[in-house]
Amino acid sequence: MQINWQLVIDIAKAVIVFFGILTCIPILVYAERKICAYIQDRRGPNRVGPLGLLQPVADAIKSFFKEDYTPSHVDKVLFTLAPAMAFIAPALVFAVIPFGHLMEIKGYKILPQVFDMNIGILFVLMIASLGGYGLILGGWSSNNKYSLLGGLRASAQMLSYEIAMGLAVISIIMTAGSTRMADIVGVQTQGLWGTCIPAWNIITQPIAFIVFLCTAFAETNRLPFDLAEGDSELIGGYHTEYSSMKFAMFFMGEYLAVLTMSALIVTLFLGGWYFPGITEVGNTSLLNGILSIFVFGTKVGMLVFFFIWTRWTLPRFRYDQLMKLGWKILLPLALFNIILTAILGLR
Amino acid sequence: MHDNDNGTEKKNLFHSIYLIEIFKGMMNTLKHFWLVKKFTVQYPEEKLKAAKGYRGEHRLKKDDQGRPKCVACFMCATACPAECIHIKAGEAPWPDRDKYPEEFEIDLLRCIYCGYCELACPCDAIELTETFNIVSTTRGEKLYNKERLLNGK
Repeated sequence: MQINWQLVIDIAKAVIVFFGILTCIPILVYAERKICAYIQDRRGPNRVGPLGLLQPVADAIKSFFKEDYTPSHVDKVLFTLAPAMAFIAPALVFAVIPFGHLMEIKGYKILPQVFDMNIGILFVLMIASLGGYGLILGGWSSNNKYSLLGGLRASAQMLSYEIAMGLAVISIIMTAGSTRMADIVGVQTQGLWGTCIPAWNIITQPIAFIVFLCTAFAETNRLPFDLAEGDSELIGGYHTEYSSMKFAMFFMGEYLAVLTMSALIVTLFLGGWYFPGITEVGNTSLLNGILSIFVFGTKVGMLVFFFIWTRWTLPRFRYDQLMKLGWKILLPLALFNIILTAILGLR
Repeated sequence: MHDNDNGTEKKNLFHSIYLIEIFKGMMNTLKHFWLVKKFTVQYPEEKLKAAKGYRGEHRLKKDDQGRPKCVACFMCATACPAECIHIKAGEAPWPDRDKYPEEFEIDLLRCIYCGYCELACPCDAIELTETFNIVSTTRGEKLYNKERLLNGK
């Protein structure tokens, strides 16, 4: 029997990426707690393990051993399904993100991307909005007024911000001329106006970048747009009734969403795995491939830091401010940017 | 965006564009992230010294001959608003005073650490020390008798 090695590589890639991003979650949780502590002039976790590095492990063990309580008044099916949806959706988004340059080892092509889909960016938008269902269903099935309000806010927020997000992405599709993620990265690897400055979309499309960044915060339900949680007014919002591992799934989903959104922003606006002078286009050597993955990881790390940094800087938006920002500022701005892109023909 | 009481919006472009204000805020938190000294004291390893005049655990003083200074005048027990000082006076074995405390007990669970006993004492015999970590696993340990108060153990 002949083994289809290409298939084996593809399956291995999917497994490695899935467990890779799962491993990133505790790192993100630790980073969040440390950065938050430092911003607030504290030290953060430093008791469990060296520098407190085992704190996320302790948290995970605690989550596993807590009582998994399902209140009697909930819709049991949806109540169980919702955390899974909130967790799986951001994990799926990562499947189409190219996180490195193509490598060729002994004739086998290894593309650091789980699935090179030609409708990549549309798939991302589709799956990302599916994550909102986790929150909405979680809020609704809990049969609790705070959860319902949280779910309601989540749905309104998703609706308002996904339109602006989609429109910001359209201008990116216009510059790239393709919805394939690899092509979007590809156009960003060229020099800008014949110079060595890379034509990253953050330079050619600054308005789209700002709009996308704002909507990314709303999409991941992070401060300043965490109205669905709104601890101070809604207790825990959509996850009020959740405990144990079901709550941890929501929690992990949030950090996974931060990770995938950062990866998405890197891919769309910050040139993906490309950095002039470090990674070369068209070089399929192993070294170049590893360097490109490293560059991608560094960029994502910096954006994750930005996400956390923002969370511990800004207060929560009021609901009417959120709606005003979404519909009156970001949506017209994104539309204006599309027209601007069409007229100037950037690129 | 600032809304006035009558619902009209203050037109201030500088504030309406959130980005500038957000940038200022981000720089502030970054300053705290990198530059500002951390306030946390790593408690069991490093301990802060209590401020001068801090009212902590009680202590009965001794004179230069090792006798308790207390003359069992009951001034502290009278001044105590929490009524936590219980003294049993007895004939002093020394010629320079009439009475001495046979038993002297302070119930730390009742004590409110007001320091009135210290102020009321005419012989400067009772004092609140700067020891703040008073720990016990039973209620009984919080009843300090004369030996505990005099010797601190």
